[in-house]
Amino acid sequence: MCLTGRVHKFGANVDTDVIIPARYLNVSEPQELAKHCMEDIDPGFSTKVKPGDIIVAITNFGCGSSREHAPLAIKACGVACIIAQNFARIFLRNAINIGLPVLECPGAIEETEAGDILEVNLSSGEIKNISKAKTFTANPYPGFMLEIINAGGLIGYTKNKLQKK
Amino acid sequence: MKNLTLVEKILAAHSGKNRVSPGEFINVRVDLVLSNDITAPLAIREFQRLGVDRVFAPEKIVMVPDHFCPNKDIKSAEQAKMMREFAREQGVIYFEVGRMGIEHVLLPEQGLTLPGQVIVGADSHTCTYGALGAFATGMGSTDIAVAMATGEIWMKVPPTIRFIYQGALSRWVSGKDLILYTIGHIGIDGALYSAMEFSGEAIDALPMDGRFTMANMAVEAGAKAGIFSVDNKTKEYVSEHGNKLFSIYRQDEGAEYARIIEYDVSKIEPQVAFPHLPSNTSPVSQAVDIKLDQVVIGSCTNGRMGDLRAAARILKGQLIHPELRCIIIPGSQKIYLDALREGLIESFIQAGAVVSTPTCGPCLGGHMGVLAAGERCLSTTNRNFVGRMGSPESEVYLANPAVAAASAILGRIASPEEIASCA
Repeated sequence: MCLTGRVHKFGANVDTDVIIPARYLNVSEPQELAKHCMEDIDPGFSTKVKPGDIIVAITNFGCGSSREHAPLAIKACGVACIIAQNFARIFLRNAINIGLPVLECPGAIEETEAGDILEVNLSSGEIKNISKAKTFTANPYPGFMLEIINAGGLIGYTKNKLQKK
Repeated sequence: MKNLTLVEKILAAHSGKNRVSPGEFINVRVDLVLSNDITAPLAIREFQRLGVDRVFAPEKIVMVPDHFCPNKDIKSAEQAKMMREFAREQGVIYFEVGRMGIEHVLLPEQGLTLPGQVIVGADSHTCTYGALGAFATGMGSTDIAVAMATGEIWMKVPPTIRFIYQGALSRWVSGKDLILYTIGHIGIDGALYSAMEFSGEAIDALPMDGRFTMANMAVEAGAKAGIFSVDNKTKEYVSEHGNKLFSIYRQDEGAEYARIIEYDVSKIEPQVAFPHLPSNTSPVSQAVDIKLDQVVIGSCTNGRMGDLRAAARILKGQLIHPELRCIIIPGSQKIYLDALREGLIESFIQAGAVVSTPTCGPCLGGHMGVLAAGERCLSTTNRNFVGRMGSPESEVYLANPAVAAASAILGRIASPEEIASCA
């Protein structure tokens, strides 16, 4: 599966409090959460982001709380995938579980700037920076995680498993 | 063959294997599944999507209305109501407002969390129960939905980093300072995907309350879990709180760690984490002339009896600085009542502090002490990210309850040494 999108670049340690501040956690509808996505770090993000856009960040993206509202808000904004050197562990689980692709690709981060156009092949992990004419390869997903992704997330994966029993 | 760490022993026993290795994907049987008024509504929605009618074992599922409860607004009330109705319908363990506490203070107190268990919770500070020698880790709502339905969840076995704390703690130095110092040293992602195992003579001497504080903040270094070996203090705690049977796991002789880090704690003074990262730490003596608008004492990190006693020792007979609000939140109803009987609450109120019913409230900028733009707060909580306690233009400093109490009196970040009655 191939995605093409424009880059929004963030720094290191983007925490879940800035992805979706707790003052908005009195609801859990993704579209409501999306309105406030990244509000405290990049005001107006939710209005400027376009469906298919890609977030590129440095390290430890999504650190902090376990709120699944964070990847839900990002996904509901239309962001197609997130690329970083690495992710905080609960955020990584949550993203995979809800079917938001996240790729670890240390090589791609430094040379990618806001506004660049990336083409991402989720199956091969190949990331093409069309604007810079460069190609990078993300760390492959472990086989087990790929099964969850192919099932559309953990609910689909678990349903399949329960049906087989 | 590799000798196993404590974490590997517990995970092997819960996945039907003789041994597990770091990096291995396993399916783990869980002993307790936890969620709260923010994370449960999403988990319930996902649970319903699974097409399963009943939870796997209602006595192993706990729901606590603590974050925005007592309900702070209509929307929060709707979320709390959804959780309450699900809890009643499924017959899971539920603590109503008036009988509840902050989940990670309440559950050990109720004897629900035990050594050797695997505990998963839709709250990042679920790692708190590592203080009891349990493998406890935070997850998201979808994970918790699956755990509620099946009693199992996937995990990747984490490598273990061992921390050895040698020496004796100086006066006013607590578990909070050890963990802040550690996070300051290894960084906010210093234990990413790993388990932190805490040991050494300073840990042997550390009271349970201090161990809960340390395990609680393991996630602030990116860790999957923080864990302590079971000793007499653990056993005594468990016997005083429910006295249930439990299994003790021990690391193998010569267990292999990803890394071993040693500290001489006698050189550590009370720590303060500056905005906007828990790893941005300095000794309190270097926090000079930082005026404060608010002090918060409480939370799943520092809302236990030992924490309130430390604060009361300093606040008794003193007055809160006239230009500062001090908010004190006992972590559970039991702690509130114990503090009342011990006279701590009277000391707090006479000093001019607010005492609140248990709630996570201000820690995450929910209610009961939200900050305005330009305001500065010193808090005994666990996070100081941008906007954590309110306005994105506010600032949060993290410290232990004694530093918080001294700071509340002086109106600026201060060491307890500066209060005459403590010298």
